[in-house]
Amino acid sequence: MLEILKQSTNTEICKPLLEAVIDKAREFQNLFGRNPAFMEVCGSHTMALAQTGVKQGLKDYVNLISGPGCPVCVTDQKSIDAMIALAEGENRIICTFGDMIRVPGSLKSLKDAKIAGKDIRVLYSPVDSVRIAEENPDKEVIFLGIGFETTIPVLTLMVSEAEKRGIKNFSIWMTTKLIEPVMRYLLESDEVNLDGFLLPGHVSIVLGENSYQYLVDEYQISGVISGFKTADLLSGIYKLIDMKVKGQIAIENNYPAVVSKAGNPVTQSWISKYLEPCDEAWRGIGIIPNSGLDLKPEYDQFNAKKRFPVKVGEPRKTKCRCGEVIRGVVTPKECPLFAKACQPMNPVGPCMVSAEGTCAAYYKYMRESF
Amino acid sequence: MCVGVPAKVIEKMEYSAIVDVMGSRLTVGTIFVPEVELGDYVIVHAGQAMSIVDETYAKESVEEWRKLVNARNS
Repeated sequence: MLEILKQSTNTEICKPLLEAVIDKAREFQNLFGRNPAFMEVCGSHTMALAQTGVKQGLKDYVNLISGPGCPVCVTDQKSIDAMIALAEGENRIICTFGDMIRVPGSLKSLKDAKIAGKDIRVLYSPVDSVRIAEENPDKEVIFLGIGFETTIPVLTLMVSEAEKRGIKNFSIWMTTKLIEPVMRYLLESDEVNLDGFLLPGHVSIVLGENSYQYLVDEYQISGVISGFKTADLLSGIYKLIDMKVKGQIAIENNYPAVVSKAGNPVTQSWISKYLEPCDEAWRGIGIIPNSGLDLKPEYDQFNAKKRFPVKVGEPRKTKCRCGEVIRGVVTPKECPLFAKACQPMNPVGPCMVSAEGTCAAYYKYMRESF
Repeated sequence: MCVGVPAKVIEKMEYSAIVDVMGSRLTVGTIFVPEVELGDYVIVHAGQAMSIVDETYAKESVEEWRKLVNARNS
């Protein structure tokens, strides 16, 4: 996999950067007697670190722990079961992001429901679901609204569009997640010892660099906002180690071409117009207060949870350890199902399904190197 | 999934634009980046432009992603 690191990037920049990170990690090791440990809080970072070979190239020097940044993976099983049950209703069109369709429910997946004849459509652009509702006035069109801060403004745009066009047969099943509450949860649970965070690139477009100051002020831990290229990832890791070696604690924006200090104020105003904080249940964690956003009561007509209540039982128990993988407590290889009963073609847990899932990244790129 | 590849605005409408992403063209919403201009590079998420990207960084980035794709396909 290191071949990709060599081929895919400017070697004049990246090879020396990799060596510089290793040298800096050795300096850390001399000072602290252990390797530095950082968590990437973005599913796309998890995949990029594996795909570029950075994680494999640093495995003997830096412990890179995947965190709760994959939206499909962090959605708790009862919510998954509820969304699948929602699709069972008559006269409905369920619209969803692609990853959701293969996530196993306790009894079946959305894909199974689609094969059985239910109208389930995968969209890249969620706003298309409003058009689908307009074209199918005799059906209820429900979008499965999962996602973090980058996706959430897009959901509000859909509500605005439906409202503007007077569309009554459109709603969203909101189960969104916010990054700050779960980071606070991880730090307060003290399950994983971390020296810093590789902070999400695109969530930070919305939130901005300043939004992470609580990490420094309240938890005395550093963070570096990173892009997705090899050089971005390596330089972000270098800066995290360097700060620790120098005894500095700070938030650094290593993605300034894309992320501003205050974030995108337009997206923030859309969020505050349509949404309000709500408690959300996370896989492997349970309910974290105010860790999600739901539609304000004045937009109830677009709130699928209020319009189409669904009751589901307790989820089926499996040996899947996705809940611990998400918290960074175990690696996929510590799950008894990994690469055996649970594989991309026949996944048991969402971390093996999603294009941002830690288990999928390990399976695709790191089965042999870890 | 966050797509880190910057997209170049090649045609601009009121609340949408046609963008070029490494040779592929698609229509994206621009309501979250009202100041976007023709020729700007943007980061797109779920069909919406979310951020305008510094041009130098964007050009370097597109080139690097192209190499990554070529490496994966070779």
